[in-house]
Amino acid sequence: MSVRVLIFVVLWPMAAMAQGFAGLGTDADGFSVPEPNPQFSFPADHGAHPDYRIEWWYLTANLTAEDGTPYGLQWTLFRSALAPEEGDGWTAPQLWMGHAAVTTPDAHFVSERLARGGIGQAGVTSDPFEAWIDDWTLEGDWDRMRMTASAPDFAYDMALTAQGPLIFHGDAGYSVKSGAGQASYYYSQPFFAIEGVLQLSDGDIPVTGNAWLDREWSSQPLADNQTGWDWFSLSFEDGDKMMGFRLQQTDGKNFTSATWITPEGETTPYTDGALKATPLAVNNADVPVRWRVELPDRGLDVTVGAINEDAWMTTSVPYWEGPVTVTGSHAGIGYLEMTGYE
Amino acid sequence: MTRATLQALLSHWWRNPLQLFTLLAGLALATALWSGVQAINAEARASYDAAAATLGEGQYDRLVRRDGQPIAQSTYVQLRRAGWLVSPVVQGRLDGVRIVGVEPLTAPGGIGPVAPAEGGDITAFLSGEGQLFATAETAGQLPDLNIIVTPEAAPGTAVTDIGVAQRLLDRTDQIDSLIIVPGQPKGRADIEAIAPELVVIRAQGTSDIGRLTDSFHLNLTAFGLLAFAVGIFIVNGAIGLAFEQRRPVVRTLRALGVPLRRLVVLMAAELMLFAVVAGIIGVGLGYVIAALLLPDVAATLRGLYGADVSGTLQLRPAWWVSGLVIALGGTAIAASAALYQIAKMPLLASAQPRALAMAAGKRAVVQGILAAGLLGLAGVMMFTANGLVGGFTLLASLLIGAALALPIILDRVLAVASRTAQSVTGQWFWADTRQQLPGLSLALMALLLAMSANVGVSTMVSSFRLTFTDFLEQRLASELYVRTENTEQSEALIAFAQGRTEIVLPIQNADVAIAGQPTEVYGARDHATYRDNWVFLQQGSQPWDTTFAGQTVLINEQLSRRAGLNVGDEITLQGRPFVVAGVYGDYGNPIGQAVIGEGVFGMLYPDVTPRNYGLRMDPAAVAGFVANLEAETGIPAVQSVNQANIKAISLAIFERTFTVTTALNILTLAVAGFAILMSLLTLASMRVPQLAPAWAMGMTRAQIGKLELVRAVLLALLTAVVALPLGVALAWALLAVVNVAAFGWKLPMYLFPIDYARLGLFAVLAAALAALWPARRLARTPPADLLKVFSNER
Repeated sequence: MSVRVLIFVVLWPMAAMAQGFAGLGTDADGFSVPEPNPQFSFPADHGAHPDYRIEWWYLTANLTAEDGTPYGLQWTLFRSALAPEEGDGWTAPQLWMGHAAVTTPDAHFVSERLARGGIGQAGVTSDPFEAWIDDWTLEGDWDRMRMTASAPDFAYDMALTAQGPLIFHGDAGYSVKSGAGQASYYYSQPFFAIEGVLQLSDGDIPVTGNAWLDREWSSQPLADNQTGWDWFSLSFEDGDKMMGFRLQQTDGKNFTSATWITPEGETTPYTDGALKATPLAVNNADVPVRWRVELPDRGLDVTVGAINEDAWMTTSVPYWEGPVTVTGSHAGIGYLEMTGYE
Repeated sequence: MTRATLQALLSHWWRNPLQLFTLLAGLALATALWSGVQAINAEARASYDAAAATLGEGQYDRLVRRDGQPIAQSTYVQLRRAGWLVSPVVQGRLDGVRIVGVEPLTAPGGIGPVAPAEGGDITAFLSGEGQLFATAETAGQLPDLNIIVTPEAAPGTAVTDIGVAQRLLDRTDQIDSLIIVPGQPKGRADIEAIAPELVVIRAQGTSDIGRLTDSFHLNLTAFGLLAFAVGIFIVNGAIGLAFEQRRPVVRTLRALGVPLRRLVVLMAAELMLFAVVAGIIGVGLGYVIAALLLPDVAATLRGLYGADVSGTLQLRPAWWVSGLVIALGGTAIAASAALYQIAKMPLLASAQPRALAMAAGKRAVVQGILAAGLLGLAGVMMFTANGLVGGFTLLASLLIGAALALPIILDRVLAVASRTAQSVTGQWFWADTRQQLPGLSLALMALLLAMSANVGVSTMVSSFRLTFTDFLEQRLASELYVRTENTEQSEALIAFAQGRTEIVLPIQNADVAIAGQPTEVYGARDHATYRDNWVFLQQGSQPWDTTFAGQTVLINEQLSRRAGLNVGDEITLQGRPFVVAGVYGDYGNPIGQAVIGEGVFGMLYPDVTPRNYGLRMDPAAVAGFVANLEAETGIPAVQSVNQANIKAISLAIFERTFTVTTALNILTLAVAGFAILMSLLTLASMRVPQLAPAWAMGMTRAQIGKLELVRAVLLALLTAVVALPLGVALAWALLAVVNVAAFGWKLPMYLFPIDYARLGLFAVLAAALAALWPARRLARTPPADLLKVFSNER
């Protein structure tokens, strides 16, 4: 998922607020920068890369209860570095932010956690793999994993089972984000089967569904003139999947990118211009919650619509993130994320 | 013509610089008094808010170690990882400055100066050498550190990142307390299971302390209102005099053909210009006054809250604005009356003092009607007023009514006196005093208000203190209070106390609602402690006997007022009826309270187990008892509270409120004295024609001067006599109406005759001092000037 949460280059709520999402185009001074032809090494690369400015472990899931009610679920851990070193104790320059959310057809619950690195309150270890902030955890060997989160108004405990391989976006995991060459390392596990229990105020709800886990890290993910993005992860009924994003630019143009994923995990990357995403309707807050998404090369021409239009993340840096349904040339479900609409 | 007219108007001031000074000084002083009181009030509030916000002191529940030792940093991480949203705080002193280390990412909003939502350079705050936030004053004490100066920081405190604070204080991996963030997530384990050494300290809440703070601030606000009234009278006096002095100029200008409208407009413009100048001077003066008084205010609040209050003053735009509004508004009110008179004045009317007095006679009728109306309204409101608006309306109508009535009362008294006068000199003295009354009345009104404000506020503060002292005796009757953590500790305490104490009084309560009011019900054990110390506002026969027997209930005043319950009324608790047998005063408590017998409490609320105990014993044995208790039962000394300490602290607080009140008292009197001085000075020159005949008939100038002095003292004395009942009425309104409206309890009023006598003395002294110079000037009037009176018509 690409650019996605690049948001958090500046974890800093304040800094980000001042600069908006445009702040993501900050200089990469002193930090490592993604290079073409990456050689990933697992499980090490599932862990943190402190010499890059930003990084995330980003899971979204489309769930269904026994009565057929659709739910959306999000678990995210962001890392943001003030300096390219791991450090120890309070002086460690690594900051962590967790976002968890549960979306129902008529409600959206959000929680946020912030923590310092260096004291054990939050972090990611690669072997054995564990990503955590406070009591929220995502742990396991990437074939079987467990994921928990809690908040005053919701909590969940989920088991994940991988049904396919990791897939790599862009050029073997090197995902270009702008015409000027900004890029990130980006791979996903889109084939998780998920089941568990959502705890909401009206009781426990057993749910099942599928989940999509993104891994991405970079140091200077956006170009100066890019202010936000619209990101889609779609799972079609025929088993194919697609990741696509559209970066908004101040010159009125967009930069798009997509990855087509077959049920076997074979990928086809699409560069700028292949994917077309057009807003069709906005919600009360002027955020587009219905889209026309086209990828002519695959015969894709679908309408993507929010299950709950008010899936606004009231976090330090606010954005929209929620489950969607897909209709048109292909039917399916998925997740939509939109930033830069404050 | 405009230019010429303006020149003529202004030239009056160049020829009479003293009058110009009177006008500007009067305006400036009134503004100064108002803005000074406001400044103190605002600064005290701001400092308290800053102190409270720095640590969220009292706002949040906290975890500390039972044994008072530092918490290990690993315990913090353990708690976070178990789902407890807690935020670490470490504090200590460095070069006399309190260093507070917070963790900005986990701290609840509003803690520290760098709450994540608010801006600031978090990178610099968290990494490298770190940043500290402090006031400029504090920053000066820590020259070697990177300090961001902010007036919002608490005084004497530097806030920084916890990592920086640990390093500066040499306390690596140590935490003093953990703030429990509101809104904890679902399904976390008990603290007991994670860190049994920790204990929760409940938020003090805004309840008790906050209410007392508010009460103190209300005192200051009430005082500010009175200062405003005094100020308006002084402004009115200054303007009124300025106009009367210029009647000849107005007369001449109009005779020369200047249109009335243009004249009025020009005079109004000229006055507004003066008001702005005087207002600016006044706000500056107010700032000085506030700065001088502030150390005492700071001391008072430091005592009240144990929190530091800045000893230096920050100039806030709000004072400038409010000060200038007062100066301009006061001028406008005063000038509109004066300008109206000018507009109505017959073209050739002159400004003879006697004529003025005659004209004042007509005005006196209107004033008298207004005064009677206002006092009548005050009389009605005394019995009917409720709510803050009603309370303040009562105060205002009482004050203004009395002030307007003052000249009439004085005039009547002087008329009676002149009838009883035997000698010619005596008759002349009384008559002359009566004639001066209109010119002095505004200054005397100011003195009246200043004095009655002093009487009223002193009475209120003193009554508050006495009541509170009694209340402390009643509520903190036991020599020692011990809190227990669990049933084992309670049992150990009771066993240990056996034979070592006179009695153990469990303090147990349940939260209920009585008549819709949130109420704490207490179960009390039958003991003389209650019978001897509790004071009832209303009681049936033998209230304690029937209450301990389980038949009746005692309720606090708040519940009684809010639910309309009185002795003899019935309430139900858990379905069981109780008759109200008594109503007691419960000062500082925001909610309702009820007391029933221990036995019946146990039956109605079987799940409530006492965790606090009052122990009666020989006061000398307390220290030894606490030490042995810790040694033998393991109940740590931090869980014991020696009541003598609490009482001492509480009383020290009220001693300090006095310092401020006294300082403000002296200030208002001084300003009123100045008003008298200015009035007399202005009158002096106008009075030469009246005095000349007396001199010509054989009275020496020294005698005339002496009589001037006696006159001022006499008028001040008479004013003081009127001020006393007015002040007492004011105090009553503050205690019985305003306080009830604001806090739900009525304070009994005590009278302090010696204080009043001293105040009266001060007032007379102020008047005498004010009259001294004008009297000397009169006594030294060159005979030639006196003779001139007969040679021409001025």
